[in-house]
Amino acid sequence: MIWRIEIQEKPGIFDSTGAGVRHDILDLGIVSVKDVRAVQVFLLEGDIDRPVADRICRNLLVDLVVQDYILTDRPSKVSPRKGISEVEVAYNPGVMDPVEASTLKGIHDLGLSGVTAVRTARRYIIEGALSSKELELIKDKVLMNKIVQHAVKDARDSFRPLSVAQKEPVLSTPEPARVRMLGLSDKALVELSKKGQLYLNLNEMKVIEKYFAGLKREPTDIELETLAQTWSEHCNHKTFRGNIEYTVTEGKKSTTEFIENLLKQTIVKATNTLNKPWCVSVFHDNAGVIKFDDKFNVCFKVETHNHPSALEPFGGANTGVGGVIRDILGTGLGAKPICNTDVFCFARPDFAFDQLPSGALHPKRVMKGVVSGVRDYGNKMGIPTVNGAICFDDRYVGNPLVFCGTVGIIPRKMEHKKVKKNDLIVVCGGRTGRDGIHGATFSSGDLTHESEVVSSGAVQIGNPIEEKKVLDVLLKARDEGLYTAITDCGAGGLSSAVGEMGAELGARVDLELVPLKYHGLNYAEIWISESQERMVMSVPPKNLERFKQIFAAENVDFAVIGTFPGTGRLELFYNGMRMADLDMAFMHEGTPRITKKALWSAPKHEMPKFESPADLTPKLMEVLADFNICSKEAVVRRYDHEVQGGSVVKPFAGPKCDGPSDASVLRPRLGTDKGIAISNGINPRFGAIDPYWMAASAVDEAIRQIIAVGGDLSQVALLDNFCWGNPDKPDRLGGLVRAAKGCHDLAVAYGTPFISGKDSFYNEYNDKGKSIAIPGTILISAIGMVADVTRSVTMDLKRAGGLLYVVGSTYDEWGASAYLASYGYIGGQVPVVRPREALAVYTSLSKAIARGLVSSAHDCSEGGLAVAVAEMAFAGGLGAALLLKSVPYEGHSDRDDMLLFSESNSRFVVEVAPQDKKAFEKAVKDVPCKLVGQVLADEAVFYYGLKDNLCLKADINVLKAQWKKPLMF
Amino acid sequence: MSMANKPRVLVLRTAGTNCNVETAFAFEQCGADVDQVHLQELFAGRVAMKDYHILALPGGFSYGDDIASGRIFANELRVRLGADVAKFIKDRKLIIGICNGFQILVKSGILPGPFAAGSKTIQTATLFNNDSGKFEDRWVHLKVDGKCVWTKDLPKTIFIPVAHGEGKFIPVNRAVMDGLKKNGQIVFSYVAADGSKPAYPDNPNGSTEDIAGICDPTGRILGLMPHPERHFLFTQHPFWTRLNVGASRRVARTGFGDGAKVFQNGIDYVKKHLL
Repeated sequence: MIWRIEIQEKPGIFDSTGAGVRHDILDLGIVSVKDVRAVQVFLLEGDIDRPVADRICRNLLVDLVVQDYILTDRPSKVSPRKGISEVEVAYNPGVMDPVEASTLKGIHDLGLSGVTAVRTARRYIIEGALSSKELELIKDKVLMNKIVQHAVKDARDSFRPLSVAQKEPVLSTPEPARVRMLGLSDKALVELSKKGQLYLNLNEMKVIEKYFAGLKREPTDIELETLAQTWSEHCNHKTFRGNIEYTVTEGKKSTTEFIENLLKQTIVKATNTLNKPWCVSVFHDNAGVIKFDDKFNVCFKVETHNHPSALEPFGGANTGVGGVIRDILGTGLGAKPICNTDVFCFARPDFAFDQLPSGALHPKRVMKGVVSGVRDYGNKMGIPTVNGAICFDDRYVGNPLVFCGTVGIIPRKMEHKKVKKNDLIVVCGGRTGRDGIHGATFSSGDLTHESEVVSSGAVQIGNPIEEKKVLDVLLKARDEGLYTAITDCGAGGLSSAVGEMGAELGARVDLELVPLKYHGLNYAEIWISESQERMVMSVPPKNLERFKQIFAAENVDFAVIGTFPGTGRLELFYNGMRMADLDMAFMHEGTPRITKKALWSAPKHEMPKFESPADLTPKLMEVLADFNICSKEAVVRRYDHEVQGGSVVKPFAGPKCDGPSDASVLRPRLGTDKGIAISNGINPRFGAIDPYWMAASAVDEAIRQIIAVGGDLSQVALLDNFCWGNPDKPDRLGGLVRAAKGCHDLAVAYGTPFISGKDSFYNEYNDKGKSIAIPGTILISAIGMVADVTRSVTMDLKRAGGLLYVVGSTYDEWGASAYLASYGYIGGQVPVVRPREALAVYTSLSKAIARGLVSSAHDCSEGGLAVAVAEMAFAGGLGAALLLKSVPYEGHSDRDDMLLFSESNSRFVVEVAPQDKKAFEKAVKDVPCKLVGQVLADEAVFYYGLKDNLCLKADINVLKAQWKKPLMF
Repeated sequence: MSMANKPRVLVLRTAGTNCNVETAFAFEQCGADVDQVHLQELFAGRVAMKDYHILALPGGFSYGDDIASGRIFANELRVRLGADVAKFIKDRKLIIGICNGFQILVKSGILPGPFAAGSKTIQTATLFNNDSGKFEDRWVHLKVDGKCVWTKDLPKTIFIPVAHGEGKFIPVNRAVMDGLKKNGQIVFSYVAADGSKPAYPDNPNGSTEDIAGICDPTGRILGLMPHPERHFLFTQHPFWTRLNVGASRRVARTGFGDGAKVFQNGIDYVKKHLL
């Protein structure tokens, strides 16, 4: 039988869920809603009587101090009340709500038996007159996401059997399904790829057809699926590893370059050229590994989870974080995550509802969901989120970007792994369900308004507590040396994880041994499911006993599902029946090399025509409120950025804890003073003029942030993340090639190797035949060493009377700046990077900071000098006066706005205590650096122009309020 | 097992506990022997609570805070380990619950206390959703008051961070609140930076009478939402870089933060009364 429990806050107790929903409804522009109450619903199935059900309520489900409940075993007659709408939202069958398993555990803890299944739902009671259209809008935009949830139509639905999935018949041992492929025409092959959601191109389909023709048999469905996963853009990086014919057109002249493997010719080449001894393991593992101290190495990985986040922002971002954390758990023999970074790109939150492409979610909703998803996973795993950025551009409307990064620490000598012949294949952690099927192939195609229907299986909800359990147990098993290799189950599921681990020795898997969430999955679904929170390990048979003990003590499930037999073949069985037999060499090296065309010609932009305003105060106010520049506090506060206790420079600086720090500094080992600095560089705006300088500037920004907090250039490692549109379109690919070249050149110039990277393509949204491509976007993440964290510097002004210096030259580079954007212009000179000059600046400044001569430092980035000084002032609660005439300047303009708002790279504003003046000036004597002003006790900033005119004057509290306001919703 | 020399601390963890390492670090720095033990080990009888002087319930999201924060862990403590807990308390030993640990202590009835294993009334107070409806990480000023072993000689106000979504303290009725006041059980209250009555966000969750932490009537069991272990070191202070610029370099290397004294008090008490 089924018991239904409805739980509601007692009168007088604040219902924060209901209040949140009401706020979201107001955001939709519906003002008639007076009140919303949220009711938590539990459905318990099992053979229990009312007293037992009541005990479960009182001892487990209900907080009697603040909540009331109703326990019932039959549908209540709800008579519609005027002006009240009720909506009940439940998860779709197959979507796992972790609360269900916890509830079962909680009931068991009480010593009660009989409950066999639990489902949860939420009922909303909405007070206020609503049209049926408005109610539908509220359902669709606020209360649920139909990808994972539905509105319960009939009150009686509650009392139908819950465990539907379990009632499905268990498949008897089937013959493998053969797919007719041999001898198919080109057209039929393309059709087959499309129908099977394989996302393989004709060339690839032909190679596969030829392989099986050679074997004189048709492929099985699972063999085709395996190849599609392995060869997907997501897993195989066909664009970056393929060939590119790159043509540059300047005026009437064209030159063409043939690039064989773009990755090897740019990113990897820089690392090879630099050949740093502290690079421990680069590019081939789940994360790049570098040396930390005598006992430990650190590793860093950044991934994207864009397509899933577009469809289901919470689940997409949630599993994105979970996925990159597993990459760290699967690096070497397993690293311990010590911090997360998160960077997002969205359309502007004030995007007009009626302009939304059909099927796309509103950016505000995407942002709320993504932030909640990241918050949920990171906070629950106990990993501090210490660094990030959010960029806004309306071209991200159909394709938001979600970059998730994790840093880990791993004892030295544990960075390498090697599967041994006859090791057992063990899968541990979460169980396998139907979730996330076709995620890898799905992310290798464009999104359309139909994606939410076709690809709904590709989206899922994470369970961070399961992953935390896996983390806890893995580190124990690792330290006892119980396994020889490990990797995560990510895109492509077991197919990809086992395929990778068995690439040399081959693998034999008995698919019926994989633990399932529910019966009814067929063998192919088991193999390619992307269910979260799973890791795969190779365990020598002699260690199995001890392995079992450790896993039991931590309550984590695992199963032996096969072996690495040394045959070089992938053999899959289901209840003894052979389902697949593939040559590993063909799987991993059989991909045909493709040649794509890339074109580049510099775009033409209108040159700005306007006078520099005499009073630039209103412009500074405007630029500070730019979504890209304004405070991200509302987001960052929701992340636990201090758990684990290692934070030294936090995301917030200053006496009010609200100034925007540059890099974050972290002490990975409590009790020691060596630290790491984590930063990022991203500015999609620059790409509108030249992706080469966009990439170069991103590298520079990431590095200068590390310098600003007290790191130095002796050991900085970089990560690249390219997010682009459809790479089959030559103009898109041209920009990508330029960006990759920019990465190479700057990495070499700065001596900062790339250690890991990732790409995401097909970020285009097809709406009624029109394609919206994202601006080609590159994120550079950086990790540097801080020799002594007690020398760290923050960006808030410290003392009235402090001397302000600008270090690094300003040029006439306001192209693609926030300032020009405020006038609606792009054009002009985009900031370039002058590595020789910058290197000297970085080296001198690092030395001055290490000697304790700098009391605050902030890098100049978006909004230039004007924004940097304003941020330092209001973060420190102090004023500043500044003479533009004294700023080191290499340009030819006589405009105050050029000096204030140029976004030239490699510049800092630093504060020096008066007693350190001499020593500081001596330390920076070889680089462009000038005394430009002073810190004031007055809470105001004064900027004096080139003709000593007062061109900007503002109260710092007014500036701060303006800067804080835009995203506080 | 010999308990003669050093205070022994049991840092209890389970699925979703995530502040155990830094909590253990804090006790170790104060001179304790610390074991971080999974609940499962207690259930299986491989580890016994009685072998320790201090029981610490660290922060985190035990069992995902599914159903309600700390609820499942609280039931396990109450139902499966109730007798051990009662004995531990009777032996005049110490308990501290931080953040999720505080939620567990309140939901199992150990706080405000007194705890009676097998009692019908379990909870006399709760920690409920923040008024903001959000999880927030921010630093708060706390007024120190009451009669508690853990807060001996602390300054009048301390500065430590909170990081939670369910920290609003609500007593079940007026009588419970009056009892807390009468017995000196209100140990930490949120205050504004100048020590005055706080509004949001100085009171980050809307807690009744700004309560941030309470102890039991004996003063030996402490629960609090803010994290003293996150201000154990001076460099964990959110703006340590601007405190006495000249001297801070030296302090940064050796100095402790406002939270350190809490752990030291626990260890000192054990040394004086239990060793």
